[in-house]
Amino acid sequence: MSARKKASLLDRRKVVAQILASRGDALVVTGLGAPTWDAAAAGDCALNFYTWGGMGCAAMVGLGLALAQPKRRVIVITGDGEMLMALGALATIAAQQPRNLSIVVMDNEHYGETGMQVTHTGLGTGIAGMAKAAGFRATQTVYTMAELKTWIPKIYGAGPVFVDAKVTTERAALVLPARDGTVLKLRFREALLGKNA
Amino acid sequence: MQASVEWSEQVHRVLRAQQVRQIGYVPDSGLKRLIELARADKQIKAVPLTTEEEGVALATGAWLGGEKCALLMQSSGVGNCINMLGMAIECRIPLLMIVTMRGQWGEFNPWQLPMAQAVDTVLAAVGVIVQKVDAADDIAETVAAAGKLAFNTNRVVAVTIAQRAIGTKAFK
Repeated sequence: MSARKKASLLDRRKVVAQILASRGDALVVTGLGAPTWDAAAAGDCALNFYTWGGMGCAAMVGLGLALAQPKRRVIVITGDGEMLMALGALATIAAQQPRNLSIVVMDNEHYGETGMQVTHTGLGTGIAGMAKAAGFRATQTVYTMAELKTWIPKIYGAGPVFVDAKVTTERAALVLPARDGTVLKLRFREALLGKNA
Repeated sequence: MQASVEWSEQVHRVLRAQQVRQIGYVPDSGLKRLIELARADKQIKAVPLTTEEEGVALATGAWLGGEKCALLMQSSGVGNCINMLGMAIECRIPLLMIVTMRGQWGEFNPWQLPMAQAVDTVLAAVGVIVQKVDAADDIAETVAAAGKLAFNTNRVVAVTIAQRAIGTKAFK
């Protein structure tokens, strides 16, 4: 059964901006491609770790970070294609039950960077259901801003949380953050751990 | 004491001494005791992985958060890691990989050979420093040196432990 049930679809930039508006000192990991541009568009921050490669890494980078920093909220913002490449990570994360980890998928049901080929979420796979079956504490597919707003407190609540946000395929303006991996790592660690990190 | 028990306990002490706080693993029979020790250690978060590349991403997140991470895997898992290792190398993430080899000394299962025989080449090709160890008595010392190299210089270092040192799997 397809997880796409409603015609009303979200604007990805509004979704990311809405979630990050209440981030406080949360740590953010973004999946390669549009989710990285979305987070950069919402406002650059040294506590954003933008990935530009390693497709399938985002959720597990989030787990390593959440385990290392159990008192900080960690939010992974990624795409459906990136998440589909790491479905096993859903089980790995659920086995750890990190209370401070939330994953939000910007699910446009397409590979946006490679020519808009349909992904499995556009062919019937519901990834929030897969996260639930893996053992995530809170999971939801959201279709409207009203639904998203009711889920924002849960995104900052007891994890592991998984939200599949159904967004349009509309391309937003490119907002490219820094891309040198060492620079991104060092500025993140300095912001989180101090000058001697 | 069995040789594998002895080196496993030595390696566990090395990892503790170097303050490794996260250990990701996909099991191998040669790693059985070390995995048990990691899981029983309250200073260490032991993370069973569904596939080895998850561990490379785990280590990246751990280091971003200020913790050292080591990965334990069989040689067949090395191939699963290659693209993800590109991230660790681009970002200069320190990572200690402990790889127990199959597909060498007296191997019975021919399906183990292609990946095992390619391990050194593919790790070197993507930029991982490989330190090979052939004798059980040298394992702990090699892991200690590899850990220092990884964590002091922000490099990915793999210790490959020869099948001869672990003992060849018996199919009986």
